[in-house]
Amino acid sequence: MAGSTLEIKDLHVSIEGGEILKGVNLTIKGGEFHAVMGPNGTGKSTLASAIMGHPKYEVTKGSILLDGEDVLEMEVDERAKAGLFLAMQYPSEISGVTNSDFLRSSINAQREEGDEISLMKFIKEMDKSMDELEMDKNMAQRYLNEGFSGGEKKRNEILQLMMLKPAIGILDEIDSGLDIDALKVVAKGINSLRNETFGCLMITHYQRLLDYITPDYVHVMMKGRVVKSGGPELAQRLEAEGYDWIKKELGIEDATVENA
Amino acid sequence: MTVDTKLPYEKEYISNYSADRNEPEWMKSLRLRALELVDTLPMPKPEKTNITKWNFDKFKHQSEGKKLDSLNDLPEDIQVFLDKENKNSNLVIQRNQSLAYQSLDNSLQEKGVILTDLSTALEKHSELVQRYYMKDAVAIDENRLTALHTALMNGGLFVYVPKNVVVEEPLQAIFWQEDPEVATFNHVIVVAEENSSLTYVENYISHNEQEEAVANIVTEVIAMDNASISFGAVDNFAKGTTVYVNRRGVAYRDASIDWALGQMNDGNTASENITHLIGDNSHSEAKTVTVGRGDQSQNFTAKIVHFGKQSEGYILQHGVMKDNASSIFNGIGKIEHGAAKSNAEQESRVLMLSKGARGDANPILLIDEDDVTAGHAASVGRVDPIQLYYLMSRGISQKEAERLIIHGFLAPVVNEIPITAVREQLTQVIEGKVY
Ligand SMILES: Nc1ncnc2c1ncn2[C@@H]1O[C@H](COP(=O)(O)OP(=O)(O)OP(=O)(O)O)[C@@H](O)[C@H]1O
Ligand SMILES: [Mg+2]
Repeated sequence: MAGSTLEIKDLHVSIEGGEILKGVNLTIKGGEFHAVMGPNGTGKSTLASAIMGHPKYEVTKGSILLDGEDVLEMEVDERAKAGLFLAMQYPSEISGVTNSDFLRSSINAQREEGDEISLMKFIKEMDKSMDELEMDKNMAQRYLNEGFSGGEKKRNEILQLMMLKPAIGILDEIDSGLDIDALKVVAKGINSLRNETFGCLMITHYQRLLDYITPDYVHVMMKGRVVKSGGPELAQRLEAEGYDWIKKELGIEDATVENA
Repeated sequence: MTVDTKLPYEKEYISNYSADRNEPEWMKSLRLRALELVDTLPMPKPEKTNITKWNFDKFKHQSEGKKLDSLNDLPEDIQVFLDKENKNSNLVIQRNQSLAYQSLDNSLQEKGVILTDLSTALEKHSELVQRYYMKDAVAIDENRLTALHTALMNGGLFVYVPKNVVVEEPLQAIFWQEDPEVATFNHVIVVAEENSSLTYVENYISHNEQEEAVANIVTEVIAMDNASISFGAVDNFAKGTTVYVNRRGVAYRDASIDWALGQMNDGNTASENITHLIGDNSHSEAKTVTVGRGDQSQNFTAKIVHFGKQSEGYILQHGVMKDNASSIFNGIGKIEHGAAKSNAEQESRVLMLSKGARGDANPILLIDEDDVTAGHAASVGRVDPIQLYYLMSRGISQKEAERLIIHGFLAPVVNEIPITAVREQLTQVIEGKVY
């Protein structure tokens, strides 16, 4: 199989009545790595959350299709089972549920009843992924994200990504909070997933991440829209010159989403 | 107070009942004294719950139970509580009011450890029982129900660990109310003498959905100097049983009493768990979980009273409420004058699963001493939709995600239950009640 296609068409999203996304168009195919950049408050996390089905975000117009299937009709868990994964900017902490129980439930949720992963196999796979991410083995028995440092939370998101092997991975600022060594380790983990059945959308502010994970496409969001797309050189220019030249080019003064 | 339900039990009945059981004279006179008190005493008044209309007076008092030839003859839902890890070597099973099964490791017997039904204990160790029975912990005249309990006590257990004896394996008791109408006037005494330690776990089980029954339970737990007691319980009375359960601890110098209580009754329940930290440097943790469902009304008071200096008390109450169930959680830390450098902490957390449910968390601090530390926390809330979203975003169904969150919420107490089988069973019971 060649990999999945996620199509976002004219997506409008509101939160508590205010429109934040104002017509986003984006297509991600298996094998492709896309980077989404843009100033703070321009709707990047909103896009990621709307794709995954965050309860606070209301899609008012447009469509999201995964291999032609209407994602907006699916419950959050169905979206995950269809192949979507979001590494969140701010993952939840859940007390009393161990990281390992959570991971095993997640893996089993994506398998048929009666075909659950054996405990031995699960532990082996988890150990392997944790080694790759240079994570402390104790993290497996800690409660999910509870008391994790910022960087540990990010690594834990990537651990889930590596174990769940989705068709499309969306990574929201996976590089924030990571020290330089950790960034390399995490990038290596993400790169290990690179093949034609895995499509990826990385939200980031920094070229640094893209030095390790080279994107095929770079998009810039402002005012709740994708205002510019290009290749990896676009990210390099942003790193060097900032966003002003795009704003000038497009006649934008304030890039953030102005709420009604 | 006015009592229109005059007790059907007279002096003569009590005398005969005591005589039939060959009880020592002191027990008979204590019963008779208590009987006289019953109608002069008020009902207990748990904070914010009116129990005056609950049935505590209508019940069948006597019912024998058959001996068990083998543990395999137990119903499946009781077998699951057995401590297979330790080969059930320290176990008492009471069936209705009769001793049905009993075992105690030889080496423990040789060290003078006692684990036996109360009736046998009265026969063989009358003086020892008398030393503790309604003396240092619960008084017969605290309220109408403690008096009634004393007059009508019809079962129970005596656990005794002598000085310097450390019991590693858990001691277990199962109180099985097989007769759906019989009342449980159970009296449990657990004594750890100086420098000794023990772990005790008890299970109450009944199946009376329709039939009305009463449980009026008194448990007295005494930790002498430098003794430590870990006390676990899973209460699992069916809907028809109205429960008053009074578990009282007394800890002397350097002693500790830790409670882990799974309060899973399906009927109306008033539970009082009070620990007196008498000695300097004594310590108690009182952890309880409950799941309320249907129309049941419950009141849980956990209270630790500090008398000794540098005493430590920590109360943790977790409750999940669904349907139209209502529960009041009173976590009370009381520091008496003179208990300098003591620390009292209370935490009450309630998770609401439905609109019709009611949960009320009241942490209360009563402090009569300046040089102390204390803290409390309380919350009543619903399952966090953002947590649900996070779990579901990994493919976990809403139902399973809720299940994980609820188990996680209850874990801090469930994980404290000492016997693995009982802990797993408590998890199953929670599962059954939540879904
Ligand atoms: N829960 C909310 N309530 C009100 N406004 C919100 C909420 N969540 C997001 N917004 C607003 O929507 C806009 C876009 O937010 P979003 O999180 O998508 O930005 P972003 O591009 O991811 O920014 P950053 O780079 O800082 O992460 C912001 O103005 C933000 O304040
Ligand atoms: Mg963001």
